[in-house]
Amino acid sequence: MFNPSESLHLNYAVIAGMIEEHSKVLDLGCGNGELLKMLTTKRHCSGIGIDINQNNVIESIQKGLSVIQGDIDEGLKEFTDKEFDYVILNQTLQSTEKPDFVIEEMLRAGKKNVVSFPNFGYWRVRFYLFFKGRMPKSKMLPFNWYDTPNIHLLTIEDFFDFCKEHDIRISKSIYIKRGKISKNPFNRILTNLLCEEAIFVIEK
Amino acid sequence: MQKEVKSVGLTQTKFFNISDKILLESNVEFGPIHVAYETYGTLNEKADNAILLLHALTGDAHAAGYHDEKDKKPGWWEDMVGPGKAFDTDKYFVISSNMLGGCSGTTGPCSINPETGRPYGLSFPVITIEDAVKVQKKLVEFLGVKKLIVAGGSMGGMQALEWSIANADMVKDVIIIASTSRLSAQGIAFNAVGRNAILSDPYFNNGDYYDKEKQPEKGLAIARMIGHITYLCEESMHKKFGRRFQYSNRPNFDFNIDFQVESYLEHQGRTFVDRFDANSYLYITKAVDYFDMAQKHGSLEAAFKKTNARFLVMSFTSDWLFPTEQSKEIVHALIQAGKDVSFCEIESPCGHDAFLLEFETQTKIIKSFLAKGEENV
Repeated sequence: MFNPSESLHLNYAVIAGMIEEHSKVLDLGCGNGELLKMLTTKRHCSGIGIDINQNNVIESIQKGLSVIQGDIDEGLKEFTDKEFDYVILNQTLQSTEKPDFVIEEMLRAGKKNVVSFPNFGYWRVRFYLFFKGRMPKSKMLPFNWYDTPNIHLLTIEDFFDFCKEHDIRISKSIYIKRGKISKNPFNRILTNLLCEEAIFVIEK
Repeated sequence: MQKEVKSVGLTQTKFFNISDKILLESNVEFGPIHVAYETYGTLNEKADNAILLLHALTGDAHAAGYHDEKDKKPGWWEDMVGPGKAFDTDKYFVISSNMLGGCSGTTGPCSINPETGRPYGLSFPVITIEDAVKVQKKLVEFLGVKKLIVAGGSMGGMQALEWSIANADMVKDVIIIASTSRLSAQGIAFNAVGRNAILSDPYFNNGDYYDKEKQPEKGLAIARMIGHITYLCEESMHKKFGRRFQYSNRPNFDFNIDFQVESYLEHQGRTFVDRFDANSYLYITKAVDYFDMAQKHGSLEAAFKKTNARFLVMSFTSDWLFPTEQSKEIVHALIQAGKDVSFCEIESPCGHDAFLLEFETQTKIIKSFLAKGEENV
């Protein structure tokens, strides 16, 4: 029923669509480098990726990308202020140790910033917890409570609150509803209930 | 598909002479200099497919292949250099030379000073990494190379770093493995103990021992033992030797060799003195200690502003002599200088020695990195 690669492709396509051609990008938690590769070949971006995992770094280098093995929780001190047109934090925010610090650092290094995360306010997640009484597992959150890398789960509403508290401007938002871009501009409460993933462009 | 691992086969160390004197960093004019080198593969018409390999502390020009049919041991980087390997001799013209101050063919303290007809000994000038690179540059020009890739582990990485800024117009790609832009105080300390062992050997005779009956073998062997402790790590030593006894399963109650680890160090020390010169050990460790790019150029970032190359930096998790943090310093400075760099910290239990052992992971990474460079041409 659910094809994770399809959902990833949508996520990548959305992000690629948000980023102007020939941008200089930094991909935090770049994984195996697929998105960054797409951005360099299809959007002619120049870029660099960071990932904590050795195998991901090797796979990215094998794709011809420039990638640094490192821990984004340690900050981005090697990068100067507003060095990048875009800093990307794709499906990584919820697995950082210090999400607030990571966002602060990305806002410093990037003129514009893309943040995406699985929405813990999604109705299926809520129902799972409500009816089963157990930590929710889903396509986007496939892990057990004890082995999940997702240590800082959040909802879309949480993210709005966070941006407000930290004077962060959300300049673009795209929501994914059942594997498709959500067309209808729901009100916020409904969006938080009906969409499994959110992708924002944020600036400061 | 051929399954067997291919080698460059029989190779030969050749010699190149620099008859003019070169100006050393210490402001001493020095010459003539002979350089021992080997090459594998063929230089292309554009003379831009060369890779210069830079050896570590006690390496030599013989990086790959065998010197004769009966040779039991291949060159020191055989796993990485050859047809289809990380440094692919089907594609690249690979050059390896013995460092200035060494004792494996290139002019060093054991060479004959033409002015006196006797070995230089301690009258050999103190040399630096920068001086070694100057000599290598002459060799590379003599071989007709226009553009090249430089690669090295440990001290070889220091030379590769120096190459990238001293000859920025020539260097396309740089591969730095288990290295640093400056040794830590701890690293200098280990080298200092090694040098002290040599200097206090009763047969050292102020460096003038070549025609004597006894050589400073004990001192050199101890220096090597200390070196070997730093090349391994606690885990690898424990795995290799544990607390096992060498000859029986109980203590001897004397001061001969009891433990396997003692026997290993003793063996490493003993075999080292047959192939290495005590004076060279003094000179080369000193060159390593002096190397400090940040101090010389104001900052590491300022140093890297001068390079035009792409960089690949690799470190190993268990390497405490050239720890990951020092590689990260290089990486961060390269980023700050706006240079193209990739960095990978390879999981390994082998300590600093990993750069000579973990060849499979390194091969994967180096091949991809070099392939990207080929695309850019």
